[in-house]
Amino acid sequence: MDRLSSTFLLKAALWLYLAAGVGSLLALRKEKLANLLGFGGAALAGLCGIGAALVFLVTGGANQSPPFDLWTSLIPYIQLTVKLDALGAFFLLILSALAIALSVYSLGYVKTFYGRKKVGVLGAFYNALLLATTLVFTASNAFFFLIAWELMALTAYCLVSFEHEKTEVRSAGVLYFIMSHIGTGCLILGFLIFFQAAGGNSPGDYSFDRFRAIRENLSVGQRDAIFLLFLFGFGVKAGIVPLHIWLPVAHPVAPSNISALLSGVLIKAGIYGLTRVYFDFLGTPPNWWGVTVLTIGTISALLGVLYALMEHDLKRLLAYHSIENIGIILMGLGAALMFLHTNHPILATLALIAALYHTINHAIFKALLFLGAGAVLHSTHTRNMEEMGGLIKRMPKTAFFFLIGAVAISALPPLNGFVSEWLTYQSLLQGFGTTDSLVRIMFPLAGAMLALTGALAAACFVKAFGITFLAQPRSEQARNAHEVSNTMLTGMGLLTAACIFLGLFPTTFLHLLDPVTSQLTGQRLSQSLSMANGLVLGSTQSLGGTVSTLGIVLTGLCLLPIPLVLWLFFARRARTRIGPTWDCGLRGLTPSMEYTATGFSKPIRMIFKALFRPRREVQREYDYSPYFAKTLRFESHIEEAFVTRLYRHLNRGILRLSRRMRALQAGSIQAYLIYIFITLLLLLMFAL
Amino acid sequence: MNLPLAAILQTLLLLALAPLLSGCIKNWKAKLQNRRGPPLWQPYLDLAKYLRKDMVISEHASWIFRAMPYVLFISTLLAGLMVPLVMASAPLSLFGGALAFVGLLALGRFFLALAGLDPASAFGGMGSSREMTISAIAEPALMLAIFTVAIGAGSTNLSQILAVAQGPAWKILNPAHVLAFAALFIVLLAETGRIPIDNPATHLELTMIHEAMILEYSGRYLALIEWSASIKQLVLMALLVNIFFPIGIATNFSPASMGLSFLWLMMKLLSLAAAVVLVETTNAKLRLFRVPDLLSTSFILAALALLSTFLFD
Repeated sequence: MDRLSSTFLLKAALWLYLAAGVGSLLALRKEKLANLLGFGGAALAGLCGIGAALVFLVTGGANQSPPFDLWTSLIPYIQLTVKLDALGAFFLLILSALAIALSVYSLGYVKTFYGRKKVGVLGAFYNALLLATTLVFTASNAFFFLIAWELMALTAYCLVSFEHEKTEVRSAGVLYFIMSHIGTGCLILGFLIFFQAAGGNSPGDYSFDRFRAIRENLSVGQRDAIFLLFLFGFGVKAGIVPLHIWLPVAHPVAPSNISALLSGVLIKAGIYGLTRVYFDFLGTPPNWWGVTVLTIGTISALLGVLYALMEHDLKRLLAYHSIENIGIILMGLGAALMFLHTNHPILATLALIAALYHTINHAIFKALLFLGAGAVLHSTHTRNMEEMGGLIKRMPKTAFFFLIGAVAISALPPLNGFVSEWLTYQSLLQGFGTTDSLVRIMFPLAGAMLALTGALAAACFVKAFGITFLAQPRSEQARNAHEVSNTMLTGMGLLTAACIFLGLFPTTFLHLLDPVTSQLTGQRLSQSLSMANGLVLGSTQSLGGTVSTLGIVLTGLCLLPIPLVLWLFFARRARTRIGPTWDCGLRGLTPSMEYTATGFSKPIRMIFKALFRPRREVQREYDYSPYFAKTLRFESHIEEAFVTRLYRHLNRGILRLSRRMRALQAGSIQAYLIYIFITLLLLLMFAL
Repeated sequence: MNLPLAAILQTLLLLALAPLLSGCIKNWKAKLQNRRGPPLWQPYLDLAKYLRKDMVISEHASWIFRAMPYVLFISTLLAGLMVPLVMASAPLSLFGGALAFVGLLALGRFFLALAGLDPASAFGGMGSSREMTISAIAEPALMLAIFTVAIGAGSTNLSQILAVAQGPAWKILNPAHVLAFAALFIVLLAETGRIPIDNPATHLELTMIHEAMILEYSGRYLALIEWSASIKQLVLMALLVNIFFPIGIATNFSPASMGLSFLWLMMKLLSLAAAVVLVETTNAKLRLFRVPDLLSTSFILAALALLSTFLFD
C-alpha cells in the first residue's frame, strides 16, 4: 500500500506539472490566470512530489518500488520507464521542497513581468523544467535519462534567456547552451561504453539495472574512461572548476525565482549523476578516483569563494558561491570514494551522508538567498551592491530571511550549513587513520582548506549582507525601496524554516538518508549517529566527537538572563540616546563616505593578487596637488584566470580551425558531389 | 557533580577571571615599558563604569547593532563552556568540541563585523573588512593545528583530547606538539587582536582593527563587548595551556583537587600571559599586508606538525 501511494503521488506530481504548464500556456492572454495556473499548479505538484519522496524514504525498507511506463512507446529503444529508488527519492525531495517554496514566491514575483513579458510562457517553461528534472531523478534507463536530461537543459536555456532583449542575457544563454551540450556529449559516450559492455544488442542493455549487473565485466580501461567521461559530463552541469565558466554568467541573468531553481536544484542534477554512476553503478573504485574528486572539490570550493568575494553584483556573488558549495559536496564524495577503496564502508557512508546533507542544505539556503536577492532586485531594480544599503529598515523581513541564509551558508552554528560541514570535517579527520600511505595527509589539508573556505565565505557574506542591507542607502532606488509582497515573503519564510529545522534537528533528518546509504554502500548510520534521544549528533567512532545545535541554542537561551540581570543591577538609571555617527567633525556623513563592497574586499584582493591579477585605472584631475582632486575616475577589473588563460585560447583555436574548414565549403555543387563520392568510397572500404 | 552546576560554576569562573587576565597583561606590559600602569583590577572598574553609563546609538544603526552585543557575549560564553578549565571534562563537551568552539567564535565575529558596518561610518567598515580578512587567513592554521591534536587523540572533543594528552610526560615534547603549539600561539595573537597583528591600545584610524568596529558603541553594550573580548582571550589561552600542558587538571570532584587544579590553571595562564606581554613589548605592529606572511608561517608550522605526526607515529 505504501509503495503504491508513493508511485501514485509521483504520477500525480508528473501530471500536475504537465497540466500546470499547458494550462498557463493556454491562459496566455490572461496574465493573472496564467500566473495562478502555472505557479499554483507547480506548488501543488511540488506537494505531491514531496509526499512521494517522503513516503518512499520514511517507509524505505526495501529499495524498490514498481517501475511504470509514462506511456507505452512503440520504438523499442525508447522506453519511458519511471522508477523511484532511494537515491532518486532523496533528490526528488530536494526538488519538490524547492518547487513549493519557489512557486509560492513566484506568485508574487512574476507580477513584475505583467504587461512586459508573457507570464504564461514563463509558467510553461518553469513547469517543463520541473517535470524534466523530476524525470532525470526517476528515469530508469540511459536513453530516457538522456532525453530528460536534454529536456532539462533546453528548458533551462529558454528560462535563462527569458529576458532575451538584453545582449548580456542572450550571450549568457548561448554560453550555457554550448557548455551544457559538451557535457551531454560526454554523458552519451559514457553510456555507450556501458551499453557496449552490457552486450549492446538489446534495448534492455540500456537499463540502469543492467548497468549495475555488469560492473564486474568492465575492464580497468573502460571503468577509468567511464569515470572521466562522467566526471566531465556531470561536472559541467554541477559547475566544478575549471568547467564552471558558464555558471556565474548564466545563473544571474535569469529571473530570480529561476536563478534559485538553477542554483538550488539543477546543478545538483550533476551531483545526482555522479553519485548514481560512481556509487550505484561502478563497484569499488581505485584510489586515484577519490583523490581526483577530493582535489577538484577542494579547488572548486576555494576558487569559488575567492571569486565570489570579488563580485559586487549580488546575484553573480551567489552564483560563485554555488561553485564553492559544489566543491564542498565533492569533497565529501571524494572522501567517500577513497574510503570505499580502502574498504571502510562505515566511514564512506559518513562521508556520503555529509555530501548528501550538504546537497540539500545548499539547495535550501542558496534558493533562500537567491529569493532574497530577487526581492532586493524587485524593489531596487539593480543587482549592483554599490547602489544598495540601508535596506534593513525598508525591507525588514527580507533582510531577516537573507541574514538567516547568510549565517547558514557561512557554516556558522546553529544552522544547517554548520551541521553538514561538521560531518564533512569528521569524515575527513577520521580518514587519516584509514591508510598508511602519504595520501592520508590529503585529508587534514583538505580540512584546512575547508576551514579557509568557510572563513572566506563568512567574510563574503558579511560583505553581501552588510553592504546591501546595512548603513545608509547609496542610491535613490535604494532609498525608495519597499518591502515585497506577502507571497514572496511566504516563499522565503518556508525556506528559512527549513534552514532552521535542518540545523536544529539533524538526527531526525538523518533517518531519511538511511534508505539512500543502504542502497549505495549497504550501511545505515542514523541510529549510531544519533545520541541522547536524538538531541546530539555523534560521529561514527565512539569518542570521535559530538555536536548538538539544539543544545547550544538552549544553553544560549539559559545564558541570556546574565546581561539582563546586569542591566537591572547596574544600568537602571542609564538612558539611551539616538545620535549621529561620529563624522570626524565634518558636517554629517554622506553615503559616499561609507565603506564600499570593493573596498571591503580589497585586503583579500591584495593578499591573493597573484590569482586575481586585478587591473586598475585611476584618473585624477587636479589644480595644485593630487590630494585635492577635482574629479576622480576609478576603474578596477578582475578577469578570471580560466577565462583569460584557458578558454580564450580554446576559443581562438576553434575559430582558426573553422576558418580552415571554410575552404571545404566553397559553395560549388561539383565539389560537394566529390565529397559525397569520396565519403561513400571510404565507408565502403571500411565496411569491407 | 552534575552538569548544570558545573556549567554555572564555569560560567562564573569565565566571567570573573577574564578581566583579571586582561588587567595582568596591561599592568605587566606597562611595568616592562617602565611605566607604573593601571592596577590589576582596573578592567573590573572599567566594566562597572561602562555598565552605569548612558548609551548613544547611531541614528543609522538597525537592530543588528543592538543585537550584536548579546550574540557576541553569549556565543563567546558558549565557546568557553566547551573548553576544559579546571575540570578535565568541560560542562558543554557533549554539545560540541573543537569544531563547534571555532564555529561559535566565528558566529560572534560575523555579527561583530556586521555591527561595524551598521552605523554607516567608514571606520567600522574598515575594521570589519580587516577583521574578516585576518580571521580568514588565520582559520586554516587554527584548524590544521587543532586537527593535528585531534588526530592524535582520535577525537574532536576537547575533553577527550585532554584526556589523551594527559599520558606520559615525554609526549609534551614530541615535535608535533611543539610545532602545533607555536602555530596556535601565533593564531592566538591574531584572534585576540594583539601586537604584532592589532594593537588593543590604539585608536589611530589607520591601524585599528577591533577598536574600529566597536567605535560607535558606548555604555552597557560596550561593557558586554569588552567583556566578551576578554573572555575570548581567556578561553583561547586556557585552551592552549590545557591541551599542550595538561598538568594538574582535576579529574575528580573533590574540593582539594579542584583547588589545586585552579592554582595550576592560574599559574599556566599567567605564564602564557607573560609570554604574550614579552612578544607585545619586543615587537612592533606589522603593516597590514605583512600580517599574511606571519599567518602563513603559522600555517606552515601547523602543516609541519601534521607531517611530523605522520613521521613519528
